[in-house]
Amino acid sequence: MPPSEAPDGPSPREAVFVDINGVGKTYRSPRGDVIALEGIDLGIRPSEFLSVLGPSGCGKSTLLRCLAGLDRATTGTITVGGRPIDGPPDGLGVVFQRDVLLEWRTVLENLLLPIEVRRLDRGPWVRKAKDLLALLGLTGSEHRHPWELSGGMRQRVSICRALLMNPGLLLMDEPFGALDAMTRDELNLELLRVWTADAKTVFFVTHSIPEAVFLADRVVVMSPSPGRVIEIVGVDLPRPRDLGVRETPEFAAIVRHIRLLFQNMGVMRAARREAPA
Amino acid sequence: MGGRSISVGLVTLGFLLVWEAGVYAFHLPHYFLPPPSVVLAELASEPLWYLHHSLQTLYTTMLGFGLALLLGVAAAIGIVYSRLLEHTLYTLLVSLNSIPKIALAPLFIIWLGTGTESKVAVSFLIALFSIVIDTVLGLRSADPDALDLLKTMRGTALQALMKIRFPGALPHMFAGMKVAISLALVGAIAGEFVASQEGLGFVILQSQSMFKTTRVFASIMLLGVLGTLLFFLVDLAERLVCPWHVSHRVEESKALAGRG
Repeated sequence: MPPSEAPDGPSPREAVFVDINGVGKTYRSPRGDVIALEGIDLGIRPSEFLSVLGPSGCGKSTLLRCLAGLDRATTGTITVGGRPIDGPPDGLGVVFQRDVLLEWRTVLENLLLPIEVRRLDRGPWVRKAKDLLALLGLTGSEHRHPWELSGGMRQRVSICRALLMNPGLLLMDEPFGALDAMTRDELNLELLRVWTADAKTVFFVTHSIPEAVFLADRVVVMSPSPGRVIEIVGVDLPRPRDLGVRETPEFAAIVRHIRLLFQNMGVMRAARREAPA
Repeated sequence: MGGRSISVGLVTLGFLLVWEAGVYAFHLPHYFLPPPSVVLAELASEPLWYLHHSLQTLYTTMLGFGLALLLGVAAAIGIVYSRLLEHTLYTLLVSLNSIPKIALAPLFIIWLGTGTESKVAVSFLIALFSIVIDTVLGLRSADPDALDLLKTMRGTALQALMKIRFPGALPHMFAGMKVAISLALVGAIAGEFVASQEGLGFVILQSQSMFKTTRVFASIMLLGVLGTLLFFLVDLAERLVCPWHVSHRVEESKALAGRG
């Protein structure tokens, strides 16, 4: 299946904030090379919310790690803000599937970790940290420890930590995958609210079709082994969006379109056969 | 927690009562087995003398344990960060651990003399292993996601050690220290057995040769008190240094109790 560019894809070079050009990633293993990613071309516009959707093993997390400067692409180049990636880029916020809060630090001290690492003066950032906590409904939790918080609250804290230094690029690796459905909905809404208030460029990895569509301006659909971009689907749903959007025929049509893409890859059909009766 | 310490106290008291009653019931001579009341009276008769020897043993133990902690943690950091040290020092430590360290005590007398130094050396050596092993384990079990997170913040390797690996290793280190503190006391006594002029090990050996069994028992009781005290000191330190872990453990044990 040849990759196709969405009609509203970025055409002028200046409009691209993150430029992923012919990126491939091959892991060497004793049993031969494993191709995780192949020929990824992707431009992300400034302030765009991009969802990356695909089954496990399609390399979406590998792509995120390449963007974060944690892994090095085997082929191709990635530039962020015009600068080629060589290690973690400036102005980066990352949220992992696990909240990765440090248990021995209070919520506030977890938030201030990036400030400490960069040896900045804490003073002005404490105010910012408290504002962020308030924005995500965590006022009063700053001196609590992670073990006292629920899973949803913990992931909220980890989002605050990623947002603290006002990153230009926010990378999220299945951040709500471990949460229950209701908390997930809640956090989807809050993420949109935060993003609407201060539009960052977001690279959001997920394996949930409704979640990808609900959040994104465009959805990158990937296929597994080797990971390739199958299609970039534009989401023309009006913003601001609330959960009601998911019941509209437009939403359903996009979800259906993406589901058919996966069925054509054989991903969904295989899943259905494996499902217990 | 409170209920547990009360039950420990009651069991100990019961044990002493049975002991006391047993000695009188079977008409055992005091040189064979003195009753606890006589042992306590012995302790009360020369409190300063016993205090002096207890403090000597405590001093040796703390010094041995402190050295083991300092050098053990340093060695563990080296082992985790250096392939060379892992293949040399760590391998050596693991293979040498099969030798009972107490067997080395006479050698230390030859090398370091009959003073405190040789006892500290035995105490140190016997406590070292569990601290190194548990610290290496703790440093290695750092959350890879947390290390990645620090990288995305452009943190240095030193920051990764100080902000993630080391605090994360603390619960493991305290587990090692709890074993090490008891072993350090064993080492100190073993050193004192071989050759010494002071310490509870010296008192035990000297009293035994003169059939002063009551003194032997008095020293053993003091060793029990010392060992318990040292263990709870480490336990207290753990509560102060890593409350997050202790609270986790309480939650877990509650959950387990609820299930059972």
